[in-house]
Amino acid sequence: MSPATRVMEAVDETQAIKRPAFEVIYDWVTTVDHKKIGIMYIASALLFLVIGGVEAILMRIQLAIPNNHFVSPEVFNQLFTMHGTTMIFFMAMPILFGFGNYLVPLMIGARDMAFPRLNAFSFWVSFFGGLLLYFSYVGGSGLYAAGSAPDVGWFAYAPLTAKVFSPGHSTDYWTLAVLLSGIGSIGTAVNTVTTILCMRCRGMKLTKMPLLPWLYLVMSSMVFIAVSPLTAAQIMLMLDRYLGSHFFDTQAGGSAVLWMHYFWIFGHPEVYILVLPAFAFMNEIIPVFSRKAIFGYPAMVAASVGIGFISLGVWAHHMFAVGMGPAGNTFFVFSTMVISVPTGIKIFNWLATIWGGRIIFSIPMMFSIGFLFQFLIAGLTGIMLSAAPFDWQLTGSYFVVAHFHYVIVGAIIFAIFAAFYYWYPKATGRMLNERLGKWHFWLFVLGFHLTFDFMHIPGLLGMPRRIYTYEPGRGWEIWNILVSIGAIVQAIAVIIFAWNLVWSYFKGKVAGQDPWDAWTLEWATPSPPPVYNFACDPMVNSRRPLWDLKHPEDPDADYE
Amino acid sequence: MSPIAKHSTARSGRTLRLSALGGGSVLGSLALAGTAYAGSPTNIFAPAGTPARSIFSLSMLVLSVTLVIFLIVAGLLLYAIIRYRRRPGDSDQEPAQIYGSNQIELAWTVIPILIVIMLFLSTTRVILGTEHIPKPGNALDVTVIGHQFWWEYRYPKFGVVTANELHVPVSDPANMTPTYLNMTSADTDHSFWVPRLAGKMDLIPNRINVMWIDPQQPGLYLGQCAQYCGVQHAKMLLRVYADSPADFAKWIEHQKQPANEDFTGNPAAAEGKQVFMHNACINCHTISGTVATGRFGPDLTHFASRDTLASGAVPNTPENLRKWIDDPGTIKPGAMMPSMHLNQHDLDLITAYLITLH
Repeated sequence: MSPATRVMEAVDETQAIKRPAFEVIYDWVTTVDHKKIGIMYIASALLFLVIGGVEAILMRIQLAIPNNHFVSPEVFNQLFTMHGTTMIFFMAMPILFGFGNYLVPLMIGARDMAFPRLNAFSFWVSFFGGLLLYFSYVGGSGLYAAGSAPDVGWFAYAPLTAKVFSPGHSTDYWTLAVLLSGIGSIGTAVNTVTTILCMRCRGMKLTKMPLLPWLYLVMSSMVFIAVSPLTAAQIMLMLDRYLGSHFFDTQAGGSAVLWMHYFWIFGHPEVYILVLPAFAFMNEIIPVFSRKAIFGYPAMVAASVGIGFISLGVWAHHMFAVGMGPAGNTFFVFSTMVISVPTGIKIFNWLATIWGGRIIFSIPMMFSIGFLFQFLIAGLTGIMLSAAPFDWQLTGSYFVVAHFHYVIVGAIIFAIFAAFYYWYPKATGRMLNERLGKWHFWLFVLGFHLTFDFMHIPGLLGMPRRIYTYEPGRGWEIWNILVSIGAIVQAIAVIIFAWNLVWSYFKGKVAGQDPWDAWTLEWATPSPPPVYNFACDPMVNSRRPLWDLKHPEDPDADYE
Repeated sequence: MSPIAKHSTARSGRTLRLSALGGGSVLGSLALAGTAYAGSPTNIFAPAGTPARSIFSLSMLVLSVTLVIFLIVAGLLLYAIIRYRRRPGDSDQEPAQIYGSNQIELAWTVIPILIVIMLFLSTTRVILGTEHIPKPGNALDVTVIGHQFWWEYRYPKFGVVTANELHVPVSDPANMTPTYLNMTSADTDHSFWVPRLAGKMDLIPNRINVMWIDPQQPGLYLGQCAQYCGVQHAKMLLRVYADSPADFAKWIEHQKQPANEDFTGNPAAAEGKQVFMHNACINCHTISGTVATGRFGPDLTHFASRDTLASGAVPNTPENLRKWIDDPGTIKPGAMMPSMHLNQHDLDLITAYLITLH
């Protein structure tokens, strides 16, 4: 087959709608193409985002007023457990892996991931993990009767998960779902690391690699180290529950604190596993819309690697109130505060990238600017929490809930929305609608700040997390109603976004190969890219190969 | 008010004014919470004991430092966004490409390191001052045992056992009489949090955690369980009564007495006692001096001397009590006490008995 006919085939793919439905489904289910797997990761994550979002709204209705009877305590406990588990394991991780899957090979000039079938396996095993989690609504029973979802909290502290306190099967569904998600994550991490190390195009030394693959390299390496203990702990928990071992079974002398260590040595690196891809999106989007090269590329790489290492030694800051004693507490105060240094370096470098630029306020950049302010605030409330005595007041309160939602929504979700608006044209060939995008952005900013700014305050006024109701008279009422209103505004914004995704797919402006006048390799191939990505193997001389092409008189290669 | 506290209050006022510039930011709201809602009985910024007060001072330092960082960085960001926006009529030429500067990178690495060291040392001082100081000889020891979903308090020196309402003596700052809480759990993890007195400390099975409190004004301090412990985590409320030394001594004396046995002129109570002692109540509850020696539920020896029932869920009135015994789920769904399916007559009798247990 000649190269020309291959290109024709690729063009035919955009006509896929006309094929019989069965053929299309068969194609997607059996595909090993990194782009299709990436899109499936993202689509499944959006499904779980909607489910987790509905759970959040139900909780906010319950908490909007004191002594509310909208849901029972049993249902409320399931809601926050399912919301946390869904959003972390079946929304945030898959959506970020999805973007990585789609973008990493394109940005390093490869034709696919290193292990395409492992890639498909990892996606499907994670996705089935999510389905299994929700099957618990039909098949499980938790602290109560049959047909209930997991209700032990998303970090499932021992001994609440022991057979004696959680006799039904819902905790098993939780354990197995998280176990499957972990296997999928490790598979994709292996794949990403191998792809980045072995499959870069000619000329792309590690020092000439764009920052997005760099951050995915660090993030995937962290997945090995962080997810393995979690997986081990799930197996230990199952042994406890079914084979009579006593790792976490306090009634037989097991240790509740051991579980906390296992969970958080996963749980804290996990925060950085999620935020590094968000940084990755910022590293690509902010320079393009400031029309400047990223400031301090080597410092950005060093800071990312530094964050990767330090984040493995901060986990017990989740445990300042478990009575570790002054030596343990002091160590984790220090390691936690130190991580703010490389994180600060990143913020300053983004600031320096904008400085002297010519900022274009398109939707991806608007979300990125939201990210910068909100991530700054999230980092600063993080410093408050790192001061252990202050944390003795704040931990387990709504302040902590507000803090980590500031990180996950204010930073990570904003970065993900930025990434959607930025790369949607590449994946579909059409631009997302700008007008709907502006509505989405402003409503989401409004809802986000209503919810998560005010959520800090009841925490300072003594409101613990995970309570299904509260008495009036503690000074919490006004803040809770504002938080609930904000949640609904955010939901409306997400509905507009979902509508935009659908509408623009059919009616959006045709994007062309390089709608943003960008500089990295994914913009050097048609939108959507053909199965083989690049008709011929690209070769690069600098971190911004398309800049070099567009400015032959002043190529980056002269300065790197 | 001690000099430390005055100093901190002044600082908090400044934080508030500065934050007005930040305009609706989180940090501004934080400072607002401290002042505008000092009325909340569980405000962490209204400390009433030494541990809470030293945390308060530290938190004001951390808040001030983070607020200054916020104003500087956010200010620069805002300036850059406005100053360097693309304006209509700008040429199509790309701006000057700047790839980095080692001097600048070094500056914004070293300055944060210095701030981190300063914050770390201040934090360490508070950690050591709370967790690593000698226990005074006149400290009172109380054993705290967390249960699903209530608190057991034991005063080993006095042989007193009670539940849900902790009485401690007021501590005079000049001659401190702190109360040391030796805490563990009978079932799942719990956390003891009375924000105006101290930070949290978890209650974990197979483990004894120690914390101390020293309320300096008599009064009632509220809080609640802060570690998810099961269905009714929400209604596992905490009430700490700080009594003057004389009141505390009186309270202890009273609690040491065996349960009331004097039912003269109250035949319903006498009969209620018989109903109680012949039902499963005694498997879970202790009433000293009787056959009721269960330990699964709260000790009821001086039940009627408590202000609330069901771990602070409702006021301890005969109506609430009767409702509770009839079906605890109506007050606290998920509570471990089962409905005993007593008939109306027996319910009246048991209620009549329990309200005599002063």
